[in-house]
Amino acid sequence: MELFWYIVLMFMLAVYVILDGYDFGAGIIHLFLGKKEEDKKAITNAIGPFWDANEVWIIASGGVLFFAFPTLYASSFSGFYLPLIMILWLLIFRAIGLELRGQIHNRIWERVWDKAFGVASLLLALFFGIALGNVVRGVNLGMVENGVSAHEPHYFFLPLWNPTFNPMAEHQGIIDWFTILLGIIAVVILSMHGANWIIFKTNSSLNDRLKKLVFRLNFVLLALIVVSVSVWHIIDPYPFWNFISEPWLFVFPLIMLIGLGGMFKVRSFKKDISGFLFSSLFLLGGFASTAASIFPELLPSTNEVNPSLTIYNVAADEYGLNVGVVWFAIAAILVGVYFVIQHKVFKGKMDDVGYGEH
Amino acid sequence: MEDMLFYDRIQFAFTITFHYLFPQLTMGLSLMIVWFKWKFLRSKDEKYNDAAKFWMKIFAINFAMGVVTGIPMEFQFGTNWAKFSELTGGIIGQTLAMEGMFSFFLESSFLGLFLFGEKLLGHKLHFVTGFLVFLGSWASGFLIIATHSWMQYPVGYEVLENGRFVLNNFGALFSNPWLWPSFFHNQMASVVTSSFVVAAIGAFYLLNNKHSEFGKMFVRTGVIFGVVSSILVAFPTGDLTAKNVVKHQPVTFAAMEGIFETEDGGSEIVLIGQPNIQDKKLDNKIAVPNFLSFLTYQKWDAQIKGLNEFKEEDYPTNIPGLYYGYHIMVGLGTIFIGLMVVAAFFMWRKKLYKTQWILWILMFMIPFPYIANTMGWYTAELGRQPWLVYNLLRTTEGASPTVSSGNTLFTLLGFVGLYLLLGMLFVILVGKIINKGPHPAK
Repeated sequence: MELFWYIVLMFMLAVYVILDGYDFGAGIIHLFLGKKEEDKKAITNAIGPFWDANEVWIIASGGVLFFAFPTLYASSFSGFYLPLIMILWLLIFRAIGLELRGQIHNRIWERVWDKAFGVASLLLALFFGIALGNVVRGVNLGMVENGVSAHEPHYFFLPLWNPTFNPMAEHQGIIDWFTILLGIIAVVILSMHGANWIIFKTNSSLNDRLKKLVFRLNFVLLALIVVSVSVWHIIDPYPFWNFISEPWLFVFPLIMLIGLGGMFKVRSFKKDISGFLFSSLFLLGGFASTAASIFPELLPSTNEVNPSLTIYNVAADEYGLNVGVVWFAIAAILVGVYFVIQHKVFKGKMDDVGYGEH
Repeated sequence: MEDMLFYDRIQFAFTITFHYLFPQLTMGLSLMIVWFKWKFLRSKDEKYNDAAKFWMKIFAINFAMGVVTGIPMEFQFGTNWAKFSELTGGIIGQTLAMEGMFSFFLESSFLGLFLFGEKLLGHKLHFVTGFLVFLGSWASGFLIIATHSWMQYPVGYEVLENGRFVLNNFGALFSNPWLWPSFFHNQMASVVTSSFVVAAIGAFYLLNNKHSEFGKMFVRTGVIFGVVSSILVAFPTGDLTAKNVVKHQPVTFAAMEGIFETEDGGSEIVLIGQPNIQDKKLDNKIAVPNFLSFLTYQKWDAQIKGLNEFKEEDYPTNIPGLYYGYHIMVGLGTIFIGLMVVAAFFMWRKKLYKTQWILWILMFMIPFPYIANTMGWYTAELGRQPWLVYNLLRTTEGASPTVSSGNTLFTLLGFVGLYLLLGMLFVILVGKIINKGPHPAK
């Protein structure tokens, strides 16, 4: 049962990354390239009717984490206290930036909320990448100092950074050179992903420029992936163990590479959806590879004293996990139905949806 | 340690109080918008559709505020109440995860269709999307109250040796005797809020001599919904909720009612008075003899336990706060019934729209249902103290062990600043919509 809920949780998080990821990316594009009013309109129209439902995936993932792996929920949410609360604040700014902009027609009002939306999206992409980096790197569970735990073995707390920004330092911080690297990768790939979504859902005058942008950023992405893979072993000495013992897992990095390769052809796609599909593959493959590399760990321990948190030592009891399957199955079917309805109604290009107009 | 717990509690209290200003209108107003839309489908009178559209604009902003302030609530269980989450997550995580899966997906998928899909969908399907948004918001309320009820009256669980609560009966979470009265009480209270808001905006238009047709419609609808909901919120739902407290949390009931000593021959009901914790009595008391015994047990001389019968360590932590919260809620609830009945009487005599003094009162009533709802929740939450899970897990045992008070104060201050901004934006934007008024169909 633990394994079932692990797969459910990872699937939901991957869906979140793909769906809200394009919202963040669209926000970043909006921030840097949204100069003309009609371009900005096209971008907000393309995500307007979806962003709220997309955001629900993180809330629902949080709920599943809470009930299936309560110890991990308690440990990681309190340990990553500051960045999580800041993510909440940024989500608020992203939401009101999108929703309140059209309420008053005034240049200053609009510019303020445009920036709020764009900057919040950029920082959210960065923060989520940093969060992933923190999970891969692991934390000092139990806050061990000189071989003694200062807290229960599954609790910890991290400040935002330590002065050296060194991931291997005794006193870790949320932001170090490794996590910031993953944060930058997240910003780059989500910008591309958002650009692909805009290309897919609009006839904006930006689309040609966006295709060029995706093409160019893909080289940057490739370089960043090479860098991160070559430094990964410093953080996680045996990143390929799981892959060697279970070779079928190589399908995930392969999916990621297909996504990456596909995006080099972005300028010649016949269908506008293709780019988006390839960036989704990249995100899915990248996320799954990362999760698979540390499985069954969910939060590795960086000290010798306390064990890592794995899907087995943080799960709820058997009865709860079993009974959850029933309602979850019903809910999952409903969610699928809503998703199809929503995307059927708002299918195709959305330039004329008139989102946020009053 | 003391400081840590203090800031954790203040942050949760502040963020939940602010958050619940929005869903209480969302839940009631979605019902009323569905009603307007229904009236339009039945009568084909465009005015009802215009009314629905007008309220949808306010609904949209209100809903967005509810969403953005709601996400921090779910996160705070983990960030600030990690120990509580770890120990009870296998149980309350169920209902909270169900809220995400069953209601948030429903609401968020159809809200966009409801707000922007009228032309795409046609009126009937548009009505359906509105109904689904209403359903989602009430389902959300239901699952939150199911969670709340488990904390008030834990059922279907066992406690392991390591202190962890595990679920052994899923169905019990929903047949919890605490759940249904509280749920309907809360939902009726939210309809009270929306009724008063709709009536108040109607009164504003009538007194202003602007949009008078809509003004009449809003006052009429607000009064009809208001008279029904303000009665139902007191009886039977409020009554049953209070009887649950008497039965399962007698010490809380004693504190709510301000009964320091058990009285033989029946307890008086206190209307006004200030609890004096030091001397264990009420100052400046005005009370009706024996009436509380009658209300509680339908017997004039029934005995009600006073605080003196309980151990001090099990007293609610903030007795005066609990007492005031409860009395303000009940006092306002009584005024709501009186006012709505009078307004309904004038409506029946066809004098309501011209009776200025009632319109003025209706207009100025806007803040009070919000206060009553908030005080009701304070009664429930302060009444549960000093426990997180009643009689089983103390609040002092639930906070996050590693988050220092300085960090919590930092985020608390951040929330205060941010929510101040949100509140100002809300007032400005809704004020603008109200001032502009509904668009009559051309």
